[in-house]
Amino acid sequence: MRRQRFRLPDGGRVDRAAEVAFSFNGRRYFGHKGDTLASALLANGVHLVGRSFKYHRPRGIFGSGSEEPNALVQLGAGPRTDPNMRATTVELFEGLRATSQNCWPSLRFDLRGINDRFSALLPAGFYYKTFMRPARLWMFYEKHIRKAAGLGRAPDGCDPDRYEQTHAHCDVLVIGAGPAGLAAAQAAGAAGARVILADEQAELGGSLLSEPGRHIQVGDGTPADWLGATLAGLAGMDEVTLLPRTTAFGYYADNFVGLLERVGDHLPGDDGMLRQRLWKVRAKQVILATGAIERSLVFAENDRPGIMLAGAARTYVNRYGVAPGSRTVVFTNNDSAYAAALDMAAAGVGVEAVVDLRNQVEGDWPRLAREAGIPVMQGHTITGTRGRHRVSAVSVMRLNDAGDGVAGDVRQLKCDSVAMSGGWSPAVHLFSQARGALTFDEQEGTFRPGEAMQAVRSVGACDDAARLADCLSAGVEAGRSAALDVGCDGAQIAAPAVGEPALGPMQPAWRAPSDRKGVRMFVDFQNDVTAKDLDLAVREGYHSIEHVKRYTTTGMGTDQGKTGNVNALAIVAQQLGAEIPAVGVTTFRAPYTPVTFGAITGSHVRGLFDPVRRTPMHDWHVEQGAKFEDVGQWKRAWYYPRGEETMRQAVDREVKAARDGVGILDYSTLGKIDIRGPDAAEFLNRVYTNGWKKLGVGRCRYGVMLRDDGMVMDDGVTTRLGENHFLMTTTTGNAASVLSWLEEWLQTEWPDLKVYCTSVTEQYATVSICGPKARDLLAGLAPDMTLDPQNFRHMSMQEGTVAGIAARVLRVSFTGEVGFEINVPSRYGRALWDALIAEGELHGITPYGTEAMHVLRAEKGFFIAGQESDGTVTPLDLGMDWIVNWTKGDFIGRRSLSRSDTVRDDRKQLVGLFTSDPETVLDEGTQIVATVKDKPPMDMIGHVTSSYYSPNLGRSIAMAMIQGGRGRKGETLYAPMPDKVIEVTVTDPIFFDPDGQRLNG
Amino acid sequence: MLLIPCPWCGERDVHEFHCGGEAHITRPAGADTIDDAAWADYLFMRQNPKGLYYERWNHAHGCRKWFHVVRDTVSDQILAVYQMDEAPPDIPGRSS
Repeated sequence: MRRQRFRLPDGGRVDRAAEVAFSFNGRRYFGHKGDTLASALLANGVHLVGRSFKYHRPRGIFGSGSEEPNALVQLGAGPRTDPNMRATTVELFEGLRATSQNCWPSLRFDLRGINDRFSALLPAGFYYKTFMRPARLWMFYEKHIRKAAGLGRAPDGCDPDRYEQTHAHCDVLVIGAGPAGLAAAQAAGAAGARVILADEQAELGGSLLSEPGRHIQVGDGTPADWLGATLAGLAGMDEVTLLPRTTAFGYYADNFVGLLERVGDHLPGDDGMLRQRLWKVRAKQVILATGAIERSLVFAENDRPGIMLAGAARTYVNRYGVAPGSRTVVFTNNDSAYAAALDMAAAGVGVEAVVDLRNQVEGDWPRLAREAGIPVMQGHTITGTRGRHRVSAVSVMRLNDAGDGVAGDVRQLKCDSVAMSGGWSPAVHLFSQARGALTFDEQEGTFRPGEAMQAVRSVGACDDAARLADCLSAGVEAGRSAALDVGCDGAQIAAPAVGEPALGPMQPAWRAPSDRKGVRMFVDFQNDVTAKDLDLAVREGYHSIEHVKRYTTTGMGTDQGKTGNVNALAIVAQQLGAEIPAVGVTTFRAPYTPVTFGAITGSHVRGLFDPVRRTPMHDWHVEQGAKFEDVGQWKRAWYYPRGEETMRQAVDREVKAARDGVGILDYSTLGKIDIRGPDAAEFLNRVYTNGWKKLGVGRCRYGVMLRDDGMVMDDGVTTRLGENHFLMTTTTGNAASVLSWLEEWLQTEWPDLKVYCTSVTEQYATVSICGPKARDLLAGLAPDMTLDPQNFRHMSMQEGTVAGIAARVLRVSFTGEVGFEINVPSRYGRALWDALIAEGELHGITPYGTEAMHVLRAEKGFFIAGQESDGTVTPLDLGMDWIVNWTKGDFIGRRSLSRSDTVRDDRKQLVGLFTSDPETVLDEGTQIVATVKDKPPMDMIGHVTSSYYSPNLGRSIAMAMIQGGRGRKGETLYAPMPDKVIEVTVTDPIFFDPDGQRLNG
Repeated sequence: MLLIPCPWCGERDVHEFHCGGEAHITRPAGADTIDDAAWADYLFMRQNPKGLYYERWNHAHGCRKWFHVVRDTVSDQILAVYQMDEAPPDIPGRSS
């Protein structure tokens, strides 16, 4: 065993037989299994662990749990590194590597420590005051400031670990496995309730793990005996789930609580290991037993390494068998620190004195301390400290009679550690997140839970209980009553009797006086906020605590000000001359402690990030080397490059082929809704702008649907399959929302209509063929169908057999060519496709993708919902007056088309644009102006919605929405670009075959 | 994470639902005869009360049924659910 200088010869819960090697800042150390990184460092006499955020002051280990503001380290390296890890919550494992953050070139010699010398020049709000004007320079300053004031580094690669999420339901969720939580879980479990007990620490037990039991008896034994028996009892209950290493980080509506379980953080780790599990728990009843967080005392130079919370010092001695130093001074305003003094003295640490801010110190605990020979200096305060990398001495003076200043001589006490206690703040974070009200306890200077808004109870120290007896009895009672509330009335248990010393009253002391002016007293250690900074903020007019917080950044670090917030609040209240409750508390927000993105993401990464929808012909597109684009969740073939073709070359070829021969498109993604019922035609009549009642069976009709505000929502072709049966198609991206829209109107506005809508998008594969040879191609595969133009007219439907497959064939066109949409059951999609490709070989069949489809429809001036229309466009804006039937009666959006806003003649209207240089293709989204100025701003009168090179026209084409556009045909307008101005001429948006000759060919 | 009692499926997590905004907005019949202001009132104007709010919800990832919810916007408590064709219930001790 290698020597650990400050490891006590015995005691503690660490496994002394198991030695664990680790490194800190490149140096090798040894600790024991059961240590945290903090306790192992302290065992080796290492107090200095980091530099502060702003002044780069040396900082040491301050707490012993998740409240730690100072000891933030970077763990590990490469993709598995973790920044801002609290050394106090990191479990030691073999090979652990940790480094300090925020120091350069080294922890002991940090060049930016210069900031500390000039701290007078860095007051609250310094960065705001100095760098915000002119605004553009902030961009320059920011990266340098971030570097100087940064915390840890982000990982440099993909996270190699695995994360998962799970949902759980329970009768009673108990958060915190200290004495109150254990008693509650035991009582609820005994009554028969399904219980989850979660605690953030590796070992369940909370404060009992740090309780030596010299002065406290539970039942007939020690606190440790009770803990052991209770844990064994809970482990034997089938309906009780124990979750150690699990932090309840957020409390949401209806008793929904987020838990983060650290499954593998305490292990060395292999790639693919399950690291963390996020629990989403819905509990019928919640019992909060989250304990209390010790407050620091705000005194002069209270931030030197070696100065820590008294409760933390006690934990290191009792739980880890580690001495925080060899000579210590205890500084307090309450009795709890005397327990720390007694335990340290019993462990052989020299306790120089207990400096107590109170004048009357007469209770059980001080008596025990005096009996143990510990000097008690009542009515005294620490007025300053010394020591560069570790505290070496404190100066102590007597308080004056008023208690607001100091008097008498200065006494120097040599020491290498200070244990301080400013009292305890109930951990009301989760209660407050659950929207419970807080009340201020004048006597204890604490906020405690008031009226609850959800089914939640607070017990133990988080409800301001200080005595173990109260924690246990409250726990038992809450566990029982929570179980009864969910109908579990099984066995009843009684809280054990507790013998313990009485606790005297604490005396709030928000700022310990000093004989030195202008000396720094830290309130928020992580963000380097001093009492003086808070004073300044109040003087500068920040009177709301939320404003003070943001201006000074107090409580805004990764610790969220757990140890300092109440002090900050009290100091602000003092400055304002207000009562603390009148100042209020800043909002407690989730998460209680930081949660990794990995856990929040869970397994929703890579292929599982978002569902991917593929058509039945997808594999063929892949085999042909198609490039894909995402349309919603669909993968659609974008274009099919051949050989060394560029995208432009491939698209040009596909577009030409569709007009000169035959093109084939996988259109399976088209939304398809089956609509049935005696009122189906009436329903469509109300949903679409045009008339539907006279549409014959076997005929198709194009329709545009509006929102009730008159704006275009979607469009598509609907076919009447029978008297009471229609098949509606929607755009690929809107399939789900259109179905919801139809359902909404049927259920909420027109429940009298007998209509049923069913999504059949994925039931059918759709292949679109178009071009002059499309009919010949289809004829070769569908000998029993009637395809001649007179008998199979445009906008009609025929059922038959294509390539031996039962098919529904629509003669429709989105390209302006003769076109057929062949619908077959999905599982025949690939077979149909293969047959068409094989048959099409002699016609020079060319598969085309979505890009060519867009060019083809743009040549014809067909708009796309969501591209030309953007939720602010009416059919009249699109020049589609012909689609609106004013005489058929009401339809969705009808009245809005005559609102004063929709009839303005300066609305943006759909037009075509020709660039003066036919080779120039405008960027989609480009703003159009009538008058070019030297620099922005210019009056923008419209924008480009679609823009392509059209190989059939041999020039670029664009569609645009331009104010009063239809009246501007022939006008010259301009597209100002960063490097040039492009001249455009307004044209009709139908660029190709304006008379529609080809459709009837 | 609200727990919403769907009248058809029972209590389900809010993620399964889509909120359809204020309930009991009557779509004016004979819209041609009403003026722009009245139509705009129907289209755009909604209450934003502190307290009781009568809303439409859709169990979008469940039974897909629309129904009504009475929710207290202060506490997020759901005080009643009822079907589309039902009149808003009285909430004892509360006035809308």
